[in-house]
Amino acid sequence: MAVATDGPVRAERRMRQRLERGEAAALGELYDRYASLVHGLANRVLDDERAADAVTREVFARVWENPSAYDPGQGPVRTWLSELTRDLAVRRLHARGAAELLRDGADPADPAAREELQEKVREAAVAARADYIVTSMPASLRAALNLAYHHRRDYRGAAADLGVTEVEIRRRMRLGLQLLATAHAVTTPEPLPDAGSTPGGAA
Amino acid sequence: MNRDAEAYGGRPDDERPDGERPWAEDTGGPDRGNGRRPVRGARSHRPHGGRLPSAAGSAEPSRTPGTREEGPPAVPATHAELKAMLGAWALAVCTPAETAAVDAHLAGCRRCADEARSLRDAVPLLQRPESLDLDPLLRTRVLDACLDRRPPRVPVPEWATPYDAETARLDALLQDIDEAEWHAPVRLRWIEEDEERHHRATVAKVIAHLLAVDGLVAVALGLADPLSALPGPAPAGGSGTPTSRTRAYWAALNRPPTREVRDPWRAQSHDLVRTASFTGGTAGGLPVTYGPCEIPLRDAMLERAFACWVHGGDIADAVNYPYRPPAPRHLHALLDLAARRLPHALAARRRAGRAAQPSPGARHLVSAGRPGRSLMLEVEGRGGGEWLIPLDSPAALPSENHVVAHVVLDDEEFAQVVAGHIRPRDAAAGQSGDRAAVEDVLHAAASLSRL
Repeated sequence: MAVATDGPVRAERRMRQRLERGEAAALGELYDRYASLVHGLANRVLDDERAADAVTREVFARVWENPSAYDPGQGPVRTWLSELTRDLAVRRLHARGAAELLRDGADPADPAAREELQEKVREAAVAARADYIVTSMPASLRAALNLAYHHRRDYRGAAADLGVTEVEIRRRMRLGLQLLATAHAVTTPEPLPDAGSTPGGAA
Repeated sequence: MNRDAEAYGGRPDDERPDGERPWAEDTGGPDRGNGRRPVRGARSHRPHGGRLPSAAGSAEPSRTPGTREEGPPAVPATHAELKAMLGAWALAVCTPAETAAVDAHLAGCRRCADEARSLRDAVPLLQRPESLDLDPLLRTRVLDACLDRRPPRVPVPEWATPYDAETARLDALLQDIDEAEWHAPVRLRWIEEDEERHHRATVAKVIAHLLAVDGLVAVALGLADPLSALPGPAPAGGSGTPTSRTRAYWAALNRPPTREVRDPWRAQSHDLVRTASFTGGTAGGLPVTYGPCEIPLRDAMLERAFACWVHGGDIADAVNYPYRPPAPRHLHALLDLAARRLPHALAARRRAGRAAQPSPGARHLVSAGRPGRSLMLEVEGRGGGEWLIPLDSPAALPSENHVVAHVVLDDEEFAQVVAGHIRPRDAAAGQSGDRAAVEDVLHAAASLSRL
């Protein structure tokens, strides 16, 4: 969704190069740019600050250990990091849920319990994907949705606030929601086969 | 039409076939959930701290006074017009007449009904959880964990890590403040010639100050001087004292600085860390010209880290934000620099005739490298330590056998004295021994402060 231009792509290639060369200062810059995104998404999925800290640590460690895993041709770093974060956080959420089932004496193989857990994990993944979409959609669309949803401006008021026509504001609201609706199409990673049987892994 | 938000807070009635219940009745319009604007826990004083309670989901045309008086706008009638309205409809920001027109259309138009359902289901996704402030100390923990797993080929030198961490912490604070807060008044305080001084600045002016003074280090590392980017006659690259550079920078701005100063400050601070890393461990001794004196790069980076923390605290106070001290090992490095600068500050006091006269016979001239009268500075707390301060000459060796006085302070208290935020006589310091020596050392510590 982000329109990549030459500048950012070059900057991201350079960042990857610096990480590959083992430049610690580049890791710091990467953290400064993306830590709040990563931590916010992880916390959105897990609703647990300590667990979000741990996911943040894991995400940056993976990038640092293997910067070449990022392919600038496939999209911006933001997207890649968001997907990595969501993946790790969702796996953790699943492991935590499975561990809770075990602890509560439920049968983790019970289809109803599994389905309930799967649904919870899926909702968390959708919410995280939605957060990412909102932060990366064009600012003009975000502003329109923001005025309507968070500031309760009707669309004419929002058009006046943003200095655009009513036709334009309606277009932005519709397009913004269309982008946001794609969050429902997110795929949740399949839990690792042994995720349910290793409660320790959820810690 | 049922507008009860509760009815739509849960999952939509997807199971019902459209034909059984027309959309107009089924959805009753969009779900607003109970969305809230994220509010930072620590900052409950902020305006728009919460969302206004509302008549759940109504279009509230009264919110734009004026538009309604000019007569009702034309209600959309064609398929294209109604379709274009779906986003506003889903967000519940149309007039009741428009909402009714869309509802009526959805009952008969399957394609629009599908889209309407999808958009309406997307609306609750706009609700954000309360955003957490990222724990500023998480950065060091995460980076350390990474570097343990793969040792860096180009590490950030130990003496640059406090600067790296403090600039990141201040930037995170700046990220969170809004436009108006950049102009919040910040009272800068320091001590000069034993007198308290202050200057009324703004958040943006403080960042401009940091940018201008950090520029001294940038020039020493071969980077561009931020002062040369200003309009008007450029001062000679890298020249001036921290204070003269700051005043020159402020004066050269045509209008009060705004949040736009953040990016150049941040870019320069990243450049400093990167360049210092590449020059390697050997560059620590590189001289940095601070006005009339030169100090080694490693100390200049610590001094800049200290300034960044102190001014970060000033800014945080101004915008009502919590701001904690640096990580213990960083705080220790900053206090160590202050302790190492004390003998020179004492010498400067003596030259200016402000030093207390030692009791007759107490002070003795010591030749360089010989042990002399010393003060034991004991700083408690996780960033603390013990330092023996030679009292008679920077060249004298401090000696445990010649300790004439002992001062005990807490680490943050000592830092606040060095920052000029606490007058030496107000410092909560335990002391014993030669009172004049204690007073001299505390005043010398305060004299390290400046604008």
